[in-house]
Amino acid sequence: MKNSMKILIMVLVLLAIPIVILAQTEEPKEKVITINAQQFSYTPGTVEVNRGDRVTIRLISTDVHHGLYIDGYEVSTDARPGQDGSLTFVANNTGKFVMRCSVTCGPFHPYMIGYLKVKPDYRLFGSIWLAVGIFIGSILLVIRRQKP
Amino acid sequence: MTEKILGLIPVDWRFELTSLPYVRKIIKSRWMPFLPIVLNLSVFTIILMAGFVGGVSAGNYNFGIMFVWIVWWLLLMMVMVPFFSRIWCMICPLPAFGEWLQRLGFMKVRNKLFGLNKKWPKALKNMWLVNFLFLGTTYTTGFLTTRPIATFILLMSIIIGSIVLMAVFEKRNFCKYIGCPVGGFLGLYSNMAVTEIRAKDPQICKDHKHKDCVIGNEKGHACPWMILPFDIGRNTYCGMCLECFKTCPYDNMAINLRPPATDLLVDKNRGLDEAWKAFIMLGIAIFFFLIMQGNMGFLKDWANAKTTEGYLTFVVLHSIFNLLLIPGVFFVFVYASRTLGNKEIPLKKLFTNFSYTLVPMGLIAWIAFSFGILFPNSSYVLHVISDPFAWGWDLFGTAHFPWTPFLTGVMPYFQIGTLLFGLVLSLDIGFKISKQTFQKRDEAVRGFIPIAAFLTAVTIFLIWLFTG
Ligand code: SF4
Ligand SMILES: [Cu+2]
Repeated sequence: MKNSMKILIMVLVLLAIPIVILAQTEEPKEKVITINAQQFSYTPGTVEVNRGDRVTIRLISTDVHHGLYIDGYEVSTDARPGQDGSLTFVANNTGKFVMRCSVTCGPFHPYMIGYLKVKPDYRLFGSIWLAVGIFIGSILLVIRRQKP
Repeated sequence: MTEKILGLIPVDWRFELTSLPYVRKIIKSRWMPFLPIVLNLSVFTIILMAGFVGGVSAGNYNFGIMFVWIVWWLLLMMVMVPFFSRIWCMICPLPAFGEWLQRLGFMKVRNKLFGLNKKWPKALKNMWLVNFLFLGTTYTTGFLTTRPIATFILLMSIIIGSIVLMAVFEKRNFCKYIGCPVGGFLGLYSNMAVTEIRAKDPQICKDHKHKDCVIGNEKGHACPWMILPFDIGRNTYCGMCLECFKTCPYDNMAINLRPPATDLLVDKNRGLDEAWKAFIMLGIAIFFFLIMQGNMGFLKDWANAKTTEGYLTFVVLHSIFNLLLIPGVFFVFVYASRTLGNKEIPLKKLFTNFSYTLVPMGLIAWIAFSFGILFPNSSYVLHVISDPFAWGWDLFGTAHFPWTPFLTGVMPYFQIGTLLFGLVLSLDIGFKISKQTFQKRDEAVRGFIPIAAFLTAVTIFLIWLFTG
């Protein structure tokens, strides 16, 4: 029982090391990103920035009126053909945030989605770490119960 | 020692909800479930009308689309199935016309049913047909969830199909085996529910030779779902129609509260049809996510049938993924489990039994997926209840309520929390199934490891897909 607890703790600590390494961040930068909106997707579909970056997104539409709303940051803009939109924010929250079209632009409008990824994604590393911990924990638990 | 779900609640713990006097009185009344069906039917009338007059306009401002694919679907996955089993089937208005026709009336009992009353062929008494029916329906998800008229056509075909088929085949064969796309997963996922309908005292049933619940009497119909109310076993095929509460002369039926997922441990009537149902449901959750909440435009164009080739590519990939790829990967882990555990156990038995671990995993994946629809899109509902037919009405003053996503910033935490809970639950069920399947405990432990690895990998994949 004591041994298996020790193993569990050791494994979890070992697992945490890559997270700490991956969590090293780069210097914050000024980033200007152009996103093309077209029924029913954004190009690029994923925008990757680092924590602390000052991000400006220029939204261009080539067909109809589209919008862009970013989950978590709660900022938005919109664009029509020939009339670009723009928004600026400082990427302080890390993780994946969904960018959604905020102007009804056709049947697939609610599915018009892009991703903003602000690295390092502690949330993702943390949850993978938890899942692996649950896996190891469950194995240790059933092994331990086996011995009377 | 009785086993405990999550080490907390004994598997056989029950609280009888129908022991509360008023509950039993209501359940025994013939107004139940007639009244909720009629109320539900009025909502569906609005849905159908909105679907028809809404034509091909954008779905997010259509009452039919919003109520079927947001309100109904989310209620089903997040509330009804996990908490109340097949309660939807109790109140479902779609087969009501067919059933009223069989009974030639609304509330009176008529044990000689109208119609041809044909038996359903034995070879088809399983989930295979509805597996393909549901998979087939998801080919059209791009239209169903975005074009009101597509939802209208789907619902009308179910209603008309049920009237015709219920005139041919006896009782609820239509719901059970033939025509309901969602019936299969409602049945399988209801194994997770924290409620059940069961007989109270098996001895009373044993002594009661004239099984009124099976053959019917003047108080109620013979079980329309053609199960044995005195031996239900699992929730799968109990449509909660409540007839057995009315027929039983000893008041021996009960609605119980119970720990979740206990039906998955019932080592009886397990089958590959249900295994594939579990695979398909998991695969569809992944594909739906990619189409509705993913960032790949080309996939949306495929599902939206922008080009015929694209659409066919989607249909083929979606089918291969669900019918072959997921089962194939799962098979590898089952094979490893047998190799580690005990090579004498038939592979098919292991494969079937362990596939039930995908039921908690799948339902939880659907709940996590549903957060991604609920938080961003539920504000549309306020719009459509005020102007259901897009005729410029403003019934509740919310017709101009703007699209307002809520809690989307913290949504990933809801999803991760749910998925991790699902992992814990499916691991718990997984080990219990492992103990059932392998006779010796050390074999069960070794055989469990690959399955646990599979479940963990699926969870990590889903966390990454949904939030990372
Ligand atoms: S009628 Fe009641 S007592 Fe008789 S078999 Fe059915 S549930 Fe049991
Ligand atoms: Cu758009």
